[in-house]
Amino acid sequence: MQSTSSTLGLPSAKAVQIARRQRIQDFLFHAITQFFSMLVLFVLAGIIGSLLINAWPALKTFGPGFFLDDEWDIVNDQFGGLISIYGTLVSSIIALAIAVPLSFGIAVFLTEMCPDFLKRPLGTAVELLAAVPSIIYGMFGLFVFAPIFGDYIEPVLQATLGKIPLLGILFSGPTNGIGMLCAGLILAMMILPFIASVMRDVFEIVPPVLKESAYGIGCTRWEVVTRIVLPYTQAGVVGGVMLGLGRALGETMAVTFVIGNASRISPSLFAPGSSIASTLANQFGEADAGLHFSSLFALGLALFFITFVVLALAKWMLLSMEKAKGVKS
Amino acid sequence: MKLSFKQALVAGAVALSVSSAAMATEMTGAGSSFIYPVLSKWAEAYKAKTGNSLNYQSIGSGGGIKQIKAKTVDFGATDAPMSFEELQAGGMVQFPAIIGGVVPVVNIDGIKPGQLKLSSDVLSDIFQGTLTNWNDKRIALLNPGVQIPAGDITVVTRADGSGTTAIFTNYLSKVNKSWKDNVGFGAAVKWPAASTVSGKGNEGVAANVSRIKNSIGYVEFAYAKKNNMSYTQMKNADEKFVLPTAAAFAAASAGTDWSKFPGMETFITNAPGAASWPITGATFVVIYKKPDNKANAAEVIKFFDFGFKDGGKMASELDYVPMPEATTNFIRKSVWSQVDVK
Repeated sequence: MQSTSSTLGLPSAKAVQIARRQRIQDFLFHAITQFFSMLVLFVLAGIIGSLLINAWPALKTFGPGFFLDDEWDIVNDQFGGLISIYGTLVSSIIALAIAVPLSFGIAVFLTEMCPDFLKRPLGTAVELLAAVPSIIYGMFGLFVFAPIFGDYIEPVLQATLGKIPLLGILFSGPTNGIGMLCAGLILAMMILPFIASVMRDVFEIVPPVLKESAYGIGCTRWEVVTRIVLPYTQAGVVGGVMLGLGRALGETMAVTFVIGNASRISPSLFAPGSSIASTLANQFGEADAGLHFSSLFALGLALFFITFVVLALAKWMLLSMEKAKGVKS
Repeated sequence: MKLSFKQALVAGAVALSVSSAAMATEMTGAGSSFIYPVLSKWAEAYKAKTGNSLNYQSIGSGGGIKQIKAKTVDFGATDAPMSFEELQAGGMVQFPAIIGGVVPVVNIDGIKPGQLKLSSDVLSDIFQGTLTNWNDKRIALLNPGVQIPAGDITVVTRADGSGTTAIFTNYLSKVNKSWKDNVGFGAAVKWPAASTVSGKGNEGVAANVSRIKNSIGYVEFAYAKKNNMSYTQMKNADEKFVLPTAAAFAAASAGTDWSKFPGMETFITNAPGAASWPITGATFVVIYKKPDNKANAAEVIKFFDFGFKDGGKMASELDYVPMPEATTNFIRKSVWSQVDVK
């Protein structure tokens, strides 16, 4: 009798009190988390706003052509962003082209084939690579890697790949070691641990039963990885690649050391160039207020825009992948 | 009782901080990284003598001008002098505080420091990319008897804006018309040579030149010496070949009559005199005529007066050249006298 009255009748004063407290707690929690997430939006808007305000004189003077003009002449106040934008994109593409297959190999080995006693040390080693500060990569690149690269590897590349018609122009010119290709390689080394560890983590969450059934019907390891593991984890894999690309686009110190910082566009990958981040790092401290200063801000805006486009593309890619899956099943 | 004890403690601390602030002033300065080593040496000695300290931020010449304009520091330091008009408009004065040299450095097999001789035209053509091989006849003509191997020249420059670049390009625009018309001078220029590789800071240039065979770059003399690099001889305005030495930098500055230039605004590049090193430069200190903080401004002047009087040896040890006495007398008489510190 008593028990039914307590479940059906009015709640006791204590229960009301608890419910009220919980409601306040919920409200506070909601408000606090909302405030934090809105804060990110405000900061983002603030960054875009300050970039636009400071870049405005340059954009007004040079127009949208700023982003397509390859002139960067500080003495004569003529500025265009193409050299830096080109350098940023090319060095990042080189880095991705090298780091993605390597990371994929590392992640597959670690999750599918690695003997247990090696798993932990290898995994830790990959993560440690990510912890090395970028200035160390830059110094390593300039003082250790570039000399070896220029003395031994570039001449070989020139003698082999450089002989292929059309493609050969990519490997022409003096072999100094420093340049676009060197920057791309150092960048690849830097983003590899990010991509590899994200890939490894998402590969590990694939339910064993899926893989086991695939093996059960006679699939090879390669088939299991490409037909079961990759489709199951594609969102995570794309996320990891984008994380790496984001770092490659904005990487400053290491690139400044090894890209050669030349203000020109050359078809050769051996030739020095500059990226947006390296141009900013080199010139911001000494830039006088005026067109030079605001052109640097315009470059920053371009970098922001490129990163935004890359993220939007990744989202769009994921969405279309999901859609395609939906149609299939 | 406890409370009053606490209060007494606070009052004591406040009194202590006030009295110590009244006892020692801290000057602030910012700018040129070239002058930083000698300034910090001077500041150490000055603090030991007077108890007053200097807080100097070595953020580059452009940054120094920005900071003094923003009045966030008591003085700014720049390797490229501010124009007289700009000084006038801002109510500022400037004076050179120390002299140093910029030297071309090369990495050619078998060429020892001080062995290779270059002229202004050859140097500017190399940096313009019109003279591209070390076995060029014009280089051989300047260097009879020296075996120079053939090799495509890589030009190494500063990637960041820098007073060193301003001094170097100012020299090239003084001695070469096509450089003046096509490139000009400044803290960062559009380097014309196709083979240009740029490094960050003097260290970056030194590292690239040491590494890349058949390259040529330019660094402050101290860096060339420290890294055992092959600096070159230069033909100066009097058509004489000179080695970069403290004496040659001093000779270049001795020939410069600062009093002739309004606001002391001049580069001492391509200075006349048989012993003068042609790519010599000075670091300028910029202060306000009517400073907001008179006590600190007075202290800045006292500090540089101390540097001029007693800092010569410290400067020489660091491969700088102290300002000649005639110049420091001129600075005391005509520049510092304009500053209202009373």
